[in-house]
Amino acid sequence: MQTFDLEAQGLRQLNEKLHALKGQTNETAWEIVNPKGAHAIAVGLDAPVDVTVRGSTGYYCAGMNKQATVRVKGSAGPGVAENMMSGTVIIDGDASQYAGATGRGGLLVIKGNASSRCGISMKGIDIVVHGNIGHMSAFMAQSGNMVVLGDAGEALGDSLYEARLFVRGSVKSLGADCIEKEMRPEHIAILADLLKRGEADHLAKPEEFKRYGSARKLYTFNIDNASSY
Amino acid sequence: MTDFPHTPPKQSWTFSNDINAEIRRAAATGIYDIRGGGSKRKLPHFDDLLFLGASISRYPLEGYREKCATDVWLGTRYAKKPIHLDIPVTIAGMSFGALSGPAKEALGRGASAAGTSTTTGDGGMTEEERGHSKTLVYQYLPSRYGMNPDDLRRADAIEVVVGQGAKPGGGGMLLGQKISDRVAMMRNLPKGIDQRSACRHPDWTGPDDLEIKILEIREITDWEKPIYVKVGGARPYYDTALAVKAGADVVVLDGMQGGTAATQDVFIENVGMPILACIPLAVKALQDLGMHRKVQLIVSGGIRSGADVAKAMALGADAVAIGTAALVALGDNDPALEAEYNKLGTTAGAYDDWHEGRDPAGITTQDPELYKRFDPILGGRRLKNFLKVMTLEAQTIARACGKNHLHNLEPEDLCALTIEGAAMAGVPLAGTNWIPGRNGF
Repeated sequence: MQTFDLEAQGLRQLNEKLHALKGQTNETAWEIVNPKGAHAIAVGLDAPVDVTVRGSTGYYCAGMNKQATVRVKGSAGPGVAENMMSGTVIIDGDASQYAGATGRGGLLVIKGNASSRCGISMKGIDIVVHGNIGHMSAFMAQSGNMVVLGDAGEALGDSLYEARLFVRGSVKSLGADCIEKEMRPEHIAILADLLKRGEADHLAKPEEFKRYGSARKLYTFNIDNASSY
Repeated sequence: MTDFPHTPPKQSWTFSNDINAEIRRAAATGIYDIRGGGSKRKLPHFDDLLFLGASISRYPLEGYREKCATDVWLGTRYAKKPIHLDIPVTIAGMSFGALSGPAKEALGRGASAAGTSTTTGDGGMTEEERGHSKTLVYQYLPSRYGMNPDDLRRADAIEVVVGQGAKPGGGGMLLGQKISDRVAMMRNLPKGIDQRSACRHPDWTGPDDLEIKILEIREITDWEKPIYVKVGGARPYYDTALAVKAGADVVVLDGMQGGTAATQDVFIENVGMPILACIPLAVKALQDLGMHRKVQLIVSGGIRSGADVAKAMALGADAVAIGTAALVALGDNDPALEAEYNKLGTTAGAYDDWHEGRDPAGITTQDPELYKRFDPILGGRRLKNFLKVMTLEAQTIARACGKNHLHNLEPEDLCALTIEGAAMAGVPLAGTNWIPGRNGF
């Protein structure tokens, strides 16, 4: 286990060391202490390493992650795991706005609640939130899966493309072009797998969720839909 | 019956034939007009400025013997690897999707041969462009289509796009006709749908967030790459100051003549300011912060010739970017294709329905039958020629003003032909010492 004191050694040295692990490395376990809400912790990683942050993080923790597993033993600021490509990011606490924004792959697990715009413009990432999510989540979400064990705020899935949204609790309102859809066996299978990988299979069963997706009515511009734009 | 003189038919200025035609078109179709390009209005522009040239008080440089340098460094503020270009004319961001693969290749070939950079667009980085561009600027856009850390690292600079001159405050629209299999895959969207690009970034709002976003990009790329911030010509003084505050190495400022692949005509023609009005305000912001020449300023929007380059630089820009002019150099809107433009209901020079993907020149299309008409090697050569001519023209003017580097051009070398031009550019009306708005009148 490599221990890195962020307060003492600084952000630049941290990311430089983590970037140097690209490819094969024996230094696969890392612990970051004294994060104190710093921004851009462990961004741009590209190696199969396991990084644990002991405390809460600021903006963009694990941004553009590839391959790595990043665990935050606290809460995460805005844009955690933004544009993640692959790997896993697990937040023990809550996540602020734009969690998993534009993520293209990998798995983001938030064990607390996520704020507004969770999964905005997601492009293939899987997101599992154990608690609730805020308003405008999955806005313009293109692909991937979002699983919410709690409730969703206003305008869920506004202007959605092909992402799948699974919500167990209430949805305050659906955004433009987002509708409830039939839960078919293949969706139950996807959900069961996500609950397991999202460390939530002991908390909820796939059958308890509803599925939401795109009505695909905004895919081609039509003046009669102008009130939806 | 007595034939009295009649009042001749009189067309309304307010309800002109063009306006009425647009009302009828809207009534018939139920959709606003979408088109490519920039503003077609007759705007105050560089044409409203003249150089004074040398005189008894200033002596010129000899045209073909005394050197007038043209190179420019971009990204010297923070980047470990700033960019050095031979000429101060760069190629503006234009997306793969809006343009064909061969057209992107031609831009890379032409720019590289002329010693300058090209820029990606709202569709990610293509191999055609990376492979043929010696210096490639990678745009970081609200849509984040195709965004990935590997492309960030193989770019030579990164341009965070906040806005563009054709539509400050607007997002993009790539209509279904151009969402081919390849474009759909790169953007992770269903084929054939009308694709909307967001107008705001998904994970930051405001200058304080932008500062943190720039920090993240610098950390991901180990502080190597120059980071540009591109804004449309809306509030250039404050946008420039805020971009500097947020940590930009370079500010890119795009006036309303700057083109777009596809946007509402009402947006293109009614939002934003002409580039002439923007440059002095951006330069003032840099000077007020003590950052002029430390944070470089690239301006774009209606740059067509070496005279425009020289005028933009005399007003304080470090470099310019061209988009529409580069497409024309490649062969866009060529009168040789007039018969084909006529079939599309238009004429050479006016063709702007780039979003429909039926460009007979094979440049703004994803139709393989059309884009294979376009020769990227020939196109690249034409662009190189054009860039070299622009540079020679700018040098010719600079030497006449006694300058041994294009960067030494200054507002004192200019006068204005119109009151509007004088007020916007902050230079005297020709034959007077009057700069409207200065000294109380």
